[in-house]
Amino acid sequence: MKLLIKGGTVIDPAAGKVVEKDILLADGKIAETGTDLSAGGVEVLDAGGKLVAPGLIDMHVHLREPGFEAKETIFSGTRAAARGGFTTVACMPNTNPVADNAAIIAYIKDRARAKGAVNAFPIGAITRESKGEELAEMGDMKEAGAVAFSDDGMPVMNAGLLRRAMQYARMLGLTIISHCEDKNLSAGGAMHEGYMSTVLGLKGITSSAEDVMVARDILLAEETGCRLHIAHVSTAGSVRLIRAAKARGVKVTAEVTPHHFSLTAEAVAGYDTSTKVNPPLRTAADVAAVKEGLADGTIDVIATDHAPHTVEEKDVEYELAPFGLVGLETAVGLVWTELVATGALTPLQAITKLTINPASILGLSKGTLMTCADADITIIDPEISWTVEPAQFAGKGRNTPFTGRLLKGLPYATIVSGRIVMRDGIIK
Amino acid sequence: MGLSGKDLLGLQFVPVEEIKLILNTAVPMKEIIKRQIKKVPTLRGRSVVTVFYEASTRTRVSFELAAKYLSADTVNIAAGTSSVSKGEGLKDTARTIAAMGADVVVLRHPMAGAADMLARTIGAPVINAGDGAHEHPSQALLDLFTVREKKGRLEGLKVAIIGDILHSRVARSDIWGFTKMGAEVRLSGPATLLPQETERMGAITCASIEEALTGADVINILRIQKERQQQGLFPGLREYSQLFGINKERLKLAAPDALVMHPGPMNRGVEIAPEVADGVQSVINEQVTNGVAVRMALLYLLTGGGNQHEITH
Repeated sequence: MKLLIKGGTVIDPAAGKVVEKDILLADGKIAETGTDLSAGGVEVLDAGGKLVAPGLIDMHVHLREPGFEAKETIFSGTRAAARGGFTTVACMPNTNPVADNAAIIAYIKDRARAKGAVNAFPIGAITRESKGEELAEMGDMKEAGAVAFSDDGMPVMNAGLLRRAMQYARMLGLTIISHCEDKNLSAGGAMHEGYMSTVLGLKGITSSAEDVMVARDILLAEETGCRLHIAHVSTAGSVRLIRAAKARGVKVTAEVTPHHFSLTAEAVAGYDTSTKVNPPLRTAADVAAVKEGLADGTIDVIATDHAPHTVEEKDVEYELAPFGLVGLETAVGLVWTELVATGALTPLQAITKLTINPASILGLSKGTLMTCADADITIIDPEISWTVEPAQFAGKGRNTPFTGRLLKGLPYATIVSGRIVMRDGIIK
Repeated sequence: MGLSGKDLLGLQFVPVEEIKLILNTAVPMKEIIKRQIKKVPTLRGRSVVTVFYEASTRTRVSFELAAKYLSADTVNIAAGTSSVSKGEGLKDTARTIAAMGADVVVLRHPMAGAADMLARTIGAPVINAGDGAHEHPSQALLDLFTVREKKGRLEGLKVAIIGDILHSRVARSDIWGFTKMGAEVRLSGPATLLPQETERMGAITCASIEEALTGADVINILRIQKERQQQGLFPGLREYSQLFGINKERLKLAAPDALVMHPGPMNRGVEIAPEVADGVQSVINEQVTNGVAVRMALLYLLTGGGNQHEITH
């Protein structure tokens, strides 16, 4: 099976180049790249006027299966990924049961193979049931296919335990992904603590709830030599801490979500529960800081923290609504509208943070367009303007704060192992 | 002229002219309360439903009497807090009430934004009678009415709000209301009970209680809840009383004719000394009377009064 992608502007972050060329895919691999490759009878995908990139990787999604299939399934979540231009996702372990052992990891991998529209790699829990009490069997989970470890959403409050987890993960050569939140500082909070929480009368989550944990985890990573990845950075303080840690050689990487570089706590006015997310939407100064962190390389990755919930769960009083919003299908539009069109990032920088950087953190041999690499390709139309309509989403979640937002830039095609799984919005 | 919004959810977005309209409309309403026969036919054939997800005698009775004095039919729904914590209830209850033909719904709810949510769900006007720590606009309006009646003006007055500002919806509505009307609002309370960035709302956070009280024309004393001590937000009621309790000595810092207000219910001897609560400067009982008048004005205006040339009394 062959496919020739012709006439596109190819962004290859591994080579650090943006050039007009063609790419020939054969047998699930990249067979050849070059100018004016001849079709020779193979299927041609015209990418004229479009950007051709390695398949996008979202290293932070919640597929909700097993256990919360009303919110999302591996089937629906990977379709959302395909629509959003992602060829690979890494899914967090806060399922039911928690992905804290090899059997669940193997189950998720099997389901992803059977039902997934795109590649899905499971992230294993750090502690049993993510309770923060005893280490989970990380070695066993690695054997079964876990690509990293995280107690996402249930941060390990016990520093001694996290230190041991880091020592252990280092031995295994895998990364610890840290959701940085001091539960004592954030307890009961529903939004960022600041002017808007004052006006709205909602309990706030202070920025230091994140900052102190980023500082702690960096110090532990520095001591243990473990690779640490900070999930969903939301504060200027975190950016500053990570920048300083990188400067002194700590093996720390970081991600930011599209909503944290696009929105502030002002969005909570009116109590729309789709703005309720953890960490919360912060201030304009924080948005500026994460954009600066993206530009100077402090923040390595853009990841969505795609967190679907049912309409019924979100259609309640703000305090009662669960945290989380869906991000897979709006990510590219937001990256292009908020970062590339504004000049905050070049297209090459943006693609780097969506491909080779997350691949490298997770140890995946993806995110590149080298010959013989996996034929995972995303084609983006950077000029098309479109309006966010949750009813049209391929995923189950409708909980987006971007409803009605006009965005510029949309994935045109998603190709996984040489096969077109999404083209012009239609998922095959 | 009438009110431009369907609902009254808070004072944040109410224009000054409409606040004045409500206060002016409450003047003749207060006359009605003083009559021997306290009934006018203004809202005959209309229904007012009060939905209270929190225990409150004062506010509920105030709204109910306001509706009855205007000849509206009233029903009270005291919703159990258990259904609230389950997350069911509010929207379904709202739709049921709307389907039964309520003309106005008055909501008290422990969670901020509940009234906004209700207002989006139903077509009938919603009056927020307190939603979590967000707003309690009718309380602020009765505070404005009381001060204006006593002082003849609001502009240029110095209003000190003392106590747990963080959890107080009354404080938030008062800040919006008094600053809109040209008064200076000063805040004082334990540092752990002061919310952030109140200066952006137009209020002044004072470094000490003395600073807040000095020269004040109005002292609004908030209720301090024992529950906040249990949450570790301040060390205890005894110390609170010493540091922030309004007694005769502290009262002397204020203007000689300063008004003492309290939204109730009071913890006598904690945030307010009994001799201050019952002293000549206290207008706490009048606040209660004025509350009925202001709520009559709100019910009248939100059911379309003021838009037509109706006779109200």
